[in-house]
Amino acid sequence: MRKIFAAVLLIAMLCSCAYADDGVIKIGVFNCLTGQNALGGQLELEGTQLAHKLMPEISGKKVELIIVDNKSDKVEAANAVTRLIENDKVCAIIGTFGSSLAMAGGEVAEKAKIPVVGTSCTNPLVTLGKKYYFRVCFIDPYQGAGAATYALRKLNFKRAATLIDVASDYSVGLGTFFKTAFEKMGGEIVAELKYNSGDQDFTAQLTELITKNPDIVFLPAYFAEGAIVLKQANELGAEFKFIGADAMDNPEIVTLGGDSVEGFMHTTFAYDPSMKDMNPTAKQFTEEWRKVHPDKDPNALAAVGYDAYVMLKDAIERAGSAEPEKIRDALEQTKDLPTVTGITTINVTHDAEKDMGIVEIRDGKKVFIGTVIPEN
Amino acid sequence: MTLNIFVQHFVNALSLGSLYGLISIGYTMVYGILRLINFAHGDIFMLGAYFVFFATIVYKLNWILGVIIAIAATTICGLLVDRIAYRPLRQAPRISALISAIGVSFFIENFAVVVFTGMPRPVVQPKILMKPIILPNKVRLIPLGILVPVVAFILVAALLWLLYKTKPGLAMRAISFDIETTRMLGVDVNKIIALAFGLGSALAAVAGILWALRYPRVEPFMGMTPGIKAFIAAVFGGIGSIPGAMIGGIILGFVEIMSVAFFPNLSGYKDAFAFFLLIVILLFKPTGILGSKIEDKI
Repeated sequence: MRKIFAAVLLIAMLCSCAYADDGVIKIGVFNCLTGQNALGGQLELEGTQLAHKLMPEISGKKVELIIVDNKSDKVEAANAVTRLIENDKVCAIIGTFGSSLAMAGGEVAEKAKIPVVGTSCTNPLVTLGKKYYFRVCFIDPYQGAGAATYALRKLNFKRAATLIDVASDYSVGLGTFFKTAFEKMGGEIVAELKYNSGDQDFTAQLTELITKNPDIVFLPAYFAEGAIVLKQANELGAEFKFIGADAMDNPEIVTLGGDSVEGFMHTTFAYDPSMKDMNPTAKQFTEEWRKVHPDKDPNALAAVGYDAYVMLKDAIERAGSAEPEKIRDALEQTKDLPTVTGITTINVTHDAEKDMGIVEIRDGKKVFIGTVIPEN
Repeated sequence: MTLNIFVQHFVNALSLGSLYGLISIGYTMVYGILRLINFAHGDIFMLGAYFVFFATIVYKLNWILGVIIAIAATTICGLLVDRIAYRPLRQAPRISALISAIGVSFFIENFAVVVFTGMPRPVVQPKILMKPIILPNKVRLIPLGILVPVVAFILVAALLWLLYKTKPGLAMRAISFDIETTRMLGVDVNKIIALAFGLGSALAAVAGILWALRYPRVEPFMGMTPGIKAFIAAVFGGIGSIPGAMIGGIILGFVEIMSVAFFPNLSGYKDAFAFFLLIVILLFKPTGILGSKIEDKI
């Protein structure tokens, strides 16, 4: 009797797990709404909510957004995804800001075979070996290719050097991409200098760079170290320019580096409310954002939050069904999709290949100076 | 490598090396007297940098006053550490004091994260110290780069004078020789040890201030790497010897800078060069460059 009861219970559970097509598409959102990453997570969520507000229906079916806070904590991130899948029975998930949170949540989704669209989690490991994790942003190292393309094609610099933190995966990955892309396009790498995380004296490396006389130096550093590098370069009278990546995207860089960061460039997501020649999707996003949030400017994080929804909507429409497996297959086929942050194509590693923005620091302020399509 | 580039590297190395030297003097002094490796020294150094940051940038005092206040405050912290964490362990096995030192180090670092937050803060350098002097052949020198070695050498000289020409110095040397006998001769041992800690902390404060000026940011973990490097410098030079610490620091600075200068492709391994040299020196001269042979007391 007990065995039969258990079997019945099991069957009942299995049935309830299966996706019930009752005319509503349930999409889960897990993002950090509290904790140390709350600032970023909140912006992304507002972007996703804006997209939902503008496009409340997919293929004629109503979409229900179920929002769960992952509290900027890895354990909570896994719990949040479990809750979305088991309690709320969502067919797909959007999230999150913070790559480590995405990785924690991704494990759960992978086991449950529910597709996830990542927002701004740029670490390559998020989608590595995952069948169900995708992302609407590019991966970190891809920025190396973006910086190389911009330096060579737009600024016409032929001689470049790199200054890499050998103790950081991020820095090494970007440096490799930069070098490969720059050399492929016919540029020359005149020096490859290195340092270690925690170093504070870069005078030896910079003096060496000065002797090699490059046009531009690629510096994929974190802002705290990067600002000191720029400062010492200025003291040593370096005349070349520096270009970095999103880890330098922190307003503190100006307070730390002062005048020395003037003219420093870095790559970023290809959206900024101040950008010229905005694509139609970005224009619409900006206008609608201003209607909903008249008191604050839209930004790139809100834009990727928005784009994640757009990408999922596109996949569900092409799949013609809200079955997780079919959505997954459709996500894999995403190609030339217009999004706020450029034309998005998903590559074999489930990462977006898309436009990249370039920012320059002028008079102590970030100025969006253009976009580039990375060649790699 | 052309001559002017070499000179530029030389100038950079001297400035970095004297900073290491300045920090390592504090290590070596405490070790010389107590046979205690004060692992919290790097964190005292960090406090010095923070105090000068608060005095001059947050409270907008002028630099001279700010530096004096920072040195005084850091000295008080050093004395407190000695009183709370080391003095009760004076009679305990040496390893207990060492573990206590590691504990103090973690405590100060994490306390700083709570109080000052983990965000690196910028230090505004006085313009006068930063205006580059351009020597022939385009070698650039900033006044701060000269100030660092000059301050370091003056402090070494002052310290040596104190140790060899004054009564408290005599007492310190006596304690390093034999604590119990010194106590029996009527010297207030705790007071003299406190003096050594105070001096060590004041030196750490000076180093912290110069470091914060040279690499203009402060953060709670800024003392870790320089602390370890300075410890190496102290061992290099012969731990316990003050001129040795200074020489060790300068050698370390030169090895780091010159390894990058001569082998730019291996610049990621500059620490490996430094540690390799340490191993080689210790293999051939286990007591360091200026270290004297320590005889075990029977």
